[in-house]
Amino acid sequence: MTTLDAPQRTVAWVAVCPLDALATERGAAALVPDGPALVQVAVFRLVDGRVLAVQQHDPFSDAHVLSRGIVGSRDVDGVEVPTVASPMYKQVFDLRTGVCLDVAGKQPVPGASADLRTWPVRVVDGTVEIGTVPTGVDAHGAGSIRAGVPGDGEVRP
Amino acid sequence: MHARHLLVVGGGMVAQRLVEALRDRDTAGAWHVTVLAEEPRRPYDRVALTSFFSGRSPEELALGDPALWDDPLVTLVRGDKAVAVDRAARSVTTASGRTFGYDHLVLATGSYAWVPPMEGADLPGVFVYRTLDDVAALRGYVHDLQAERSGPVRGVVLGGGLLGLEAAGALDALGARSTVLQVDTHLMSAQVDLGGGEALRRLINRIGIGVRTQAMTTRVHEHRRGGVGRVELADGTRMDAEVVVVAAGVRPRDELARDAGLTIGPRGGVVVDDTCLTDDPDVSAVGEVACIQGACIGLVAPGYTMAEITVDRLLGGVSAFPGADTATKLKLAGVDVASFGDAFARTPGALEIVWADPVAGVYKKLVLSDDARTLLGGVLVGDASAYASLRPMLGRELPGDPSAFLLPEGTGGAPDLELPDDAGVCSCNNVSAGQIRHAVTDEGCHDLGAVKACTRAGTSCGSCLPLVKKLMATELEKLGVTVSTALCEHFALSRAQLYDAVRVAGVRTFTEVVERFGTRAAGRGCDICKPAVASILATTAPAHVLDGERAAMQDTNDHVMANLQKDGSYSVVPRMAGGEVTPAGLIAIGEVARDFGLYTKITGGQRIDMFGARIDQLPLIWQRLVDAGFESGHAYGKSLRTVKSCVGSTWCRFGVQDSVALAVMLELRYRGLRSPHKIKLGVSGCARECAEARGKDVGVIATDKGWNVYVGGNGGFTPRHAKLLAEDLDTPTLVRTIDRFLLYYVRTADRLQRTAPWIEEVEGGLDGVRAVVMDDSLGIGADLDAQMARHVEDYEDEWRATLDDPEKLRRFASFVNAPDTPDPSLAYVAERGQVRPATAAERAAAERGEPVLVAGSTLEVRS
Repeated sequence: MTTLDAPQRTVAWVAVCPLDALATERGAAALVPDGPALVQVAVFRLVDGRVLAVQQHDPFSDAHVLSRGIVGSRDVDGVEVPTVASPMYKQVFDLRTGVCLDVAGKQPVPGASADLRTWPVRVVDGTVEIGTVPTGVDAHGAGSIRAGVPGDGEVRP
Repeated sequence: MHARHLLVVGGGMVAQRLVEALRDRDTAGAWHVTVLAEEPRRPYDRVALTSFFSGRSPEELALGDPALWDDPLVTLVRGDKAVAVDRAARSVTTASGRTFGYDHLVLATGSYAWVPPMEGADLPGVFVYRTLDDVAALRGYVHDLQAERSGPVRGVVLGGGLLGLEAAGALDALGARSTVLQVDTHLMSAQVDLGGGEALRRLINRIGIGVRTQAMTTRVHEHRRGGVGRVELADGTRMDAEVVVVAAGVRPRDELARDAGLTIGPRGGVVVDDTCLTDDPDVSAVGEVACIQGACIGLVAPGYTMAEITVDRLLGGVSAFPGADTATKLKLAGVDVASFGDAFARTPGALEIVWADPVAGVYKKLVLSDDARTLLGGVLVGDASAYASLRPMLGRELPGDPSAFLLPEGTGGAPDLELPDDAGVCSCNNVSAGQIRHAVTDEGCHDLGAVKACTRAGTSCGSCLPLVKKLMATELEKLGVTVSTALCEHFALSRAQLYDAVRVAGVRTFTEVVERFGTRAAGRGCDICKPAVASILATTAPAHVLDGERAAMQDTNDHVMANLQKDGSYSVVPRMAGGEVTPAGLIAIGEVARDFGLYTKITGGQRIDMFGARIDQLPLIWQRLVDAGFESGHAYGKSLRTVKSCVGSTWCRFGVQDSVALAVMLELRYRGLRSPHKIKLGVSGCARECAEARGKDVGVIATDKGWNVYVGGNGGFTPRHAKLLAEDLDTPTLVRTIDRFLLYYVRTADRLQRTAPWIEEVEGGLDGVRAVVMDDSLGIGADLDAQMARHVEDYEDEWRATLDDPEKLRRFASFVNAPDTPDPSLAYVAERGQVRPATAAERAAAERGEPVLVAGSTLEVRS
């Protein structure tokens, strides 16, 4: 995938783990700073080496479980999109954008968006780093997520 | 508005339908209904009485949703007989002396079995075939005779009609040798013609039942030791027989109406008009007791119609009786007979087309209008496969050459029938082809279960199901919904096809599977195909669930080998084979649960479940459990869950076999076996069935001679009782039978298809399964046996292997960058002395500092 334009806001990169700690096509949860608090992020390593991050909170079950979903792919208008399916009620999300591709007949819990927040990820010298200024689907940038693919991880082996 | 009172006398099938229809339609609650039933049980399926002998219990014969009788507007009075109607006072008195008033009265008293006048008809050993008590008594009598004598019990059935043949089949199923004595010239003379009757006789003979026609029984002789010994015919012949079943016909039970002064038909029955009203506007009669359009009709479908009409009229409708559909189909294993419409070609100018193959025992006849186009009726003996599609065509023009419908299958075949929308498909529930189409196109019913639930078609006798299925498939095709068996967008194959492909190709990883058998845009699979392929590989190329790529294919339950619960924590179920556990084991489990602050509960399958474990606690918990001698219970997998057992003969004073030992053996044999859905077994030590084995995918029930095995019992959305697969097996045969049954299911079922629907859809249904499993009709028996032997040999405890492997243990961390930090979102409150997940409101309260939580994510771990 393409390398995205550098986000306008300052990104503080936080190292979370060695790349080797992530099993291929499986997620892991990480705790990263979110302003003054800590937030749970689900980090996934794909079979092509990309690393992507979305929120760990599942908006459909209100449990923090998304890192435990099955990683796969789905054909969206002819494009093979990397996905994760929630282990709870099987909603499918685009791992690059956080967009919910299949609500599986359910509604998010009150106050939650069906789509997921995403975080920028990069791998530096074999270490996975997460950009702690959130981008992607949030109150500000929901309109531009598809074009920018902000969560797509740059990989520098 | 004050509810008016509807009183129904009689608790049979028609009464049931009437109450059901009333509760369905009377949404305003205008009527309160009371049903007076003479029998002590809820209304049951009398049409299916014969299946009582093939193992269906009285409970299974019960009709409809039991909740109907819990409705506050419905009262069922059982075991009390109505004895008098006072039309002036509008009340009915019962044998126990109770009086019930009514605003409207419905007589649904049905009919009784007619016993022809003959000497000896009251001897012990003479039975009628009418109620569950009748057939239970018959069964008991035959069993007692068999116990005290060596030769086969001989039985005769008086009457060669539908009921008589079914009674003969029942005697045969009980192991008695039976002969049918028919007064008329041929069998089923009310429905089929002489030619059909002759073909039928050959078929009946072939299954070992004797037939004598033009045989009038005049006397039953007593045996010197008491009971029936012999019957005597009008021509002087005498036949030895220890049991006599009278199925000579029925007579309406119209004595209540008679005593109440209502008009009675010339041959009995309460005379009613087309709206089912008697000559008293406050009294209706429905079903077999009603004499409608000049006749009493001994079939359930017209009775149902009368019930519906009565309800409609009570609610202000205007419907009227359209005339009876007298089509019948014999329910006797191995003998296919159907008759419908003008079977005797009584319509002026009617033409008959007959095709007969005496060698094969086939006789088929169509009755057509004088232009040889419109179908008027037919008789099918020996091969009634065309019945379901022909019957709805009654009174309609047949497409193409009518004779095409008579030829055996595979000789050109019958043209596809495009049924008109108003053609009746399910006569039991009065469902038309149009209603089924509507269910598919407008109600979104895209599988047989949904269509059945939505329309009720096929939910009574089930004979129309093949037609319902075909209509559904045609409709789906028209909608452009390919009735696709493809697993998902990544595989065009069905699970069964993929299973075979993977097994034959010998591939071992998802990457190989998706490259060889995936679609062009297969990508990396999804949450549907990955677990399915993982399940297939688990039995074709066994390996640890977390080995290599396998780890990425598992649902979270299999991935962490525990059950995901609603708050993201997991529960843990150690194996207790057969439900057996030592006191030391119980203490060990208790200590683990206490030390980790887990909520404990006994599961539905007799195991102990411990809830609230965090992902990072799972290895610690399992280390303790493994040390105490426990292994993984696989409660998380689509795999063998439990083998439930009762106490068995070692302790139980009634048990006839050691059900615990067998359950333990079976559970250890099949532990870890991955399958399309979870599977559960049960073993009961006697027919009291304390293990509820017939609610399991495989149920084993001990007999004095061995084990009976039942298959296809499921809980879930549509609970089913298991059906008898084989009887009196010794243990090795039993085990081989279950081995093959399970693996045949594993190989051929759809993803997430439980055994009950699988049996319905697999080639040949239950008989097909029996042929494969018992008679090795596909020649795969040895292969299945070998596969199961490998499974048993290769078993290793998944948790023990995981604890021994640091690489695998690394996955069990709450956070990859903070392995020792528990998930801060978890929170618990106390309830009944244990913890449960906090609700959203309780969490919010805790955030405001209110003291609701008993524990956050760090439950106290005591050492």
